[in-house]
Amino acid sequence: MSVDAAKNPERPTTGTTTAELVRLERVTKRFGDQTVLDGLDFSVSAGKHVTLIGPSGSGKTTILRLLMTLTKPDEGTITVDGDQLFPASDKQVREIRKKIGMVFQHFNLFPNMTVLRNITEAPVTVLGMSRDEADARARELLDLVGLADKCDSRPSQLSGGQQQRVAIARALAMRPQVLLLDEVTSALDPELVAGVLDVLRDIARSTDITLLCVTHEMGFARDISDQVLMFDSGRVVESGPPERIFGEPREERTREFLSAVL
Amino acid sequence: MKWDWSAVSDFLPHFWDGLLVTLQALALGSVISFALGLVWALLMRLPTRWVRWPVGVVTEFVRNTPLLVQLFFLFYVLPEWGLTFSALTTGVFAIGLHYSTYTMQVYRAGIEAVPVGQWEAATALNLPWRRTWTAVILPQAIRRVVPALGNYVISMLKDTPMLMAITVLEMLGQARLYSQQHFQFTEPLTVIGVAFILVSYLASLLLRALERRLVR
Repeated sequence: MSVDAAKNPERPTTGTTTAELVRLERVTKRFGDQTVLDGLDFSVSAGKHVTLIGPSGSGKTTILRLLMTLTKPDEGTITVDGDQLFPASDKQVREIRKKIGMVFQHFNLFPNMTVLRNITEAPVTVLGMSRDEADARARELLDLVGLADKCDSRPSQLSGGQQQRVAIARALAMRPQVLLLDEVTSALDPELVAGVLDVLRDIARSTDITLLCVTHEMGFARDISDQVLMFDSGRVVESGPPERIFGEPREERTREFLSAVL
Repeated sequence: MKWDWSAVSDFLPHFWDGLLVTLQALALGSVISFALGLVWALLMRLPTRWVRWPVGVVTEFVRNTPLLVQLFFLFYVLPEWGLTFSALTTGVFAIGLHYSTYTMQVYRAGIEAVPVGQWEAATALNLPWRRTWTAVILPQAIRRVVPALGNYVISMLKDTPMLMAITVLEMLGQARLYSQQHFQFTEPLTVIGVAFILVSYLASLLLRALERRLVR
């Protein structure tokens, strides 16, 4: 994690292009006659931890889903590490996706596989890793998320918090450059949230991975973020380092939102 | 009405022949209907309607015409086009084809019941579509549909007597032949009736065991 986080340019779109890992330009996304993203400009520099906050339905999750190619934009361009998605050939998309990992709100572990197999499946079939190597690496990752003893369990035998930690290990096993975290604690029982957030704090601190989080956990956002973006109605209301956004928000909409959730 | 045990023992050798044929038809018919139904279900998910449309029409046609008509058609009409198969082969194929148009709907429901999050996780992990189907979607879909497929096995068993119509000597065929030769109807028909119950009971036990193994 970079030490000069607080010196981040306030408007992310004015950052230098070379270090930009993810870039959205004038991206518009509509569902029916509802505009979820409205000409959004937004970028994330390599190694930064960026958190998106804002009310439900403000388009935060849609940004992650666009980057993961789970949905397509109606207008605008999206580039990852300089390569453009939409349009891109299947082969190009697959190459770009290798750089991105995602953790979902509802974990989405494969119930028909053991915990270990959930983590090794993609490294073996996508990256062509040997099974032994993938197994060894999966065990390391399970150790990192505190579940070294659960290798042979089925997801259904784990608590929500444990499942989410496996999902984090599964995403990390692909060694992505950027990890997308989509409200990863929203579906958890309150007492399980801390365990998952601790794992993520640990990852944020000890690796140089780029994080793009959508979260309603403001304490977590404050802790790990280099930059926080406040969203409303498909637009960025304001952005800046967490100290400023949480400490002295400039926009009335941000103040309203924060006073409602804190 | 009197019950003649000697007729039972006289009929038994024929009964065993018939039972063997019934079991063959059931086992092979099941395999064909399970495999072909899956093929139909997968073809119906292809993006091009040039595949979906003909598959839809053909399977709709097969599902909505009687099995007996299909049996006659395959047995008496195909040879006119130079395609001749044994009666049992024709019968097995007809049953398998007919029931594949039902199992395809079972598979479809099973595939649609796999949560969209599973597809999304497979995409996020960059799994190739082939691997997504074979390692993620189908194992979960098939697990869900085993009970429903099992019901069709029982239905198929009860439809095997139709093969009699194209000269296949399965259990009912043997019973009828024996009855007509000896003018004794009660014993052979009772024997095969009991046999049908036993076979369907054993089949359901087998399927239940399979279900338990798959659903964990």
